Amino acid sequence: MNSGDTAWLLTSTALVLLMTPALAFFYGGMVRRKNLLSTIMMSFAILCMVSVLWIIYGYTMAFGPDVRGLVGNLSWFGLTGVGQDPSSVYAATVPHLAFVAFQATFAIITVALWTGAVVERIKFGSLLAFAALWFTLVYCPVAHWVWGNGGWLAQLGALDFAGGTVVHVNAGISALALAMVLGPRMGFKEGESMEPNNIPFVVLGAALLWFGWFGFNAGSALTAGGLASTAFIATNTSAAAAGFTWMMLGWIHRRPSVLGAATGAVVGLVAITPAAGFVPVWAAIPIGAIASIISYYVMVWRAKANKVDESLDVFACHGVGGTWGALATGIFATTAVNSAGSGLLDGNWKQILIQLAAITATMAYAFVVSWLLAKALKATMGLRVKEEEESVGLDISQHGENAYGGVS
Amino acid sequence: MKKIEAIIRPEKLGAVKDALTAKGMLGMTVTHVNGRGRQKGIALQWRAGEYRVDFLPKVKIEMVLADEECQIAIDTICRATKTGREGDGMIFVLPVENAYRVRTGDCGDVCITGK
Repeated sequence: MNSGDTAWLLTSTALVLLMTPALAFFYGGMVRRKNLLSTIMMSFAILCMVSVLWIIYGYTMAFGPDVRGLVGNLSWFGLTGVGQDPSSVYAATVPHLAFVAFQATFAIITVALWTGAVVERIKFGSLLAFAALWFTLVYCPVAHWVWGNGGWLAQLGALDFAGGTVVHVNAGISALALAMVLGPRMGFKEGESMEPNNIPFVVLGAALLWFGWFGFNAGSALTAGGLASTAFIATNTSAAAAGFTWMMLGWIHRRPSVLGAATGAVVGLVAITPAAGFVPVWAAIPIGAIASIISYYVMVWRAKANKVDESLDVFACHGVGGTWGALATGIFATTAVNSAGSGLLDGNWKQILIQLAAITATMAYAFVVSWLLAKALKATMGLRVKEEEESVGLDISQHGENAYGGVS
Repeated sequence: MKKIEAIIRPEKLGAVKDALTAKGMLGMTVTHVNGRGRQKGIALQWRAGEYRVDFLPKVKIEMVLADEECQIAIDTICRATKTGREGDGMIFVLPVENAYRVRTGDCGDVCITGK
């Protein structure tokens, strides 16, 4: 047991927890005024719900003793046998419970991430039902594949430092599936303007996400030392390079928009997530910059195609950014940084294929299961609010509240 | 007694207020409004690409004036806010039945003139 490591992991846990309310503001600022509270509530309610599910059965499904590489068994149900001593297989220098808490915050934000795809039209009850099912049937198994002791992608040698595939590819592709089943917002096809209600909230959210991401990535070292420091500075560098690149892209086409710079920074954070503890710090610059370029044009294309109303571009930001980051890990990983991983830079081109396999498996599984879950809920409890409720806005129709009430 | 509703460019509010003050016209109510006319909409930046906004922010000035002051106010507002481009706004004039000052209970022209 190491008190420095424990202190850092607990601190990181608090940092990552803050990212979910940060996401609430990041998303909340981008919707119309009548749906601000509803959008914030999606993340906040998921924070509450998944926190509880995690200690009841989520942790054991994701990290419990392995069943055929696919999922953890239920022997740690309700955290039975998980205590203050370090685990025998995870994070050897900190209490097992600190690891449980740290991982809880990852599960929470991953579930909250895809809510960006369904804002302004989903029924709140259906959102919670989908969130619980998705957490159980998608997040926990995929986390086990990559991070669980005995998980099949871990066995294959896939590198994912802090969750490029588990968190970002997973949430991004699921967002797409859910948005396809749910259908577009009223007025979307007609090109009605969906004006963001509060861009300062978006920047506030992005800034707090950036801050929390130090816990996400540097905390994923699970120790307080050189590796955490590498991940820390790589994280900041990638976010900055990506934010700057996105701003320049906007400038080339028109103006350097604030919304764009904030989005770019988040995309850079996404892309460095799987790579942070495997790549040299300089690599964070191309990882962030290229992530912005790819995500930017995917977003432009999505808007032009006008087919799927994946409203806040969770796929373009997290799916695409995460995919690039996972591939980039296979390119830039070097044993000079972390003995656990080598990529193309070390002459190990096979790592790219392994990364590709992890991405493909995650995408295929998450897309299919999300699509089926959405279809099943659509057929039973229904997914959308009534037209009238959508017109009035979800703040009033789902929560009976106004974000900016009163006249005085 | 007449009411003027002037929809103007928000950035011209200060100039209009100063010009009216110089003519001794102090009373006005101002609101932020959104509207559209020949200027139609403008394009704003989305995260990538842009989106169109159909309603543009304007400022609405409401004033109640004695009949003989009304034309002076209109001319003053026009001079202060005109740029010659689409989007300069509109002025509407409406008849008003009466006006009361809450503090004194006065009614009629005496409550709406600057004196």
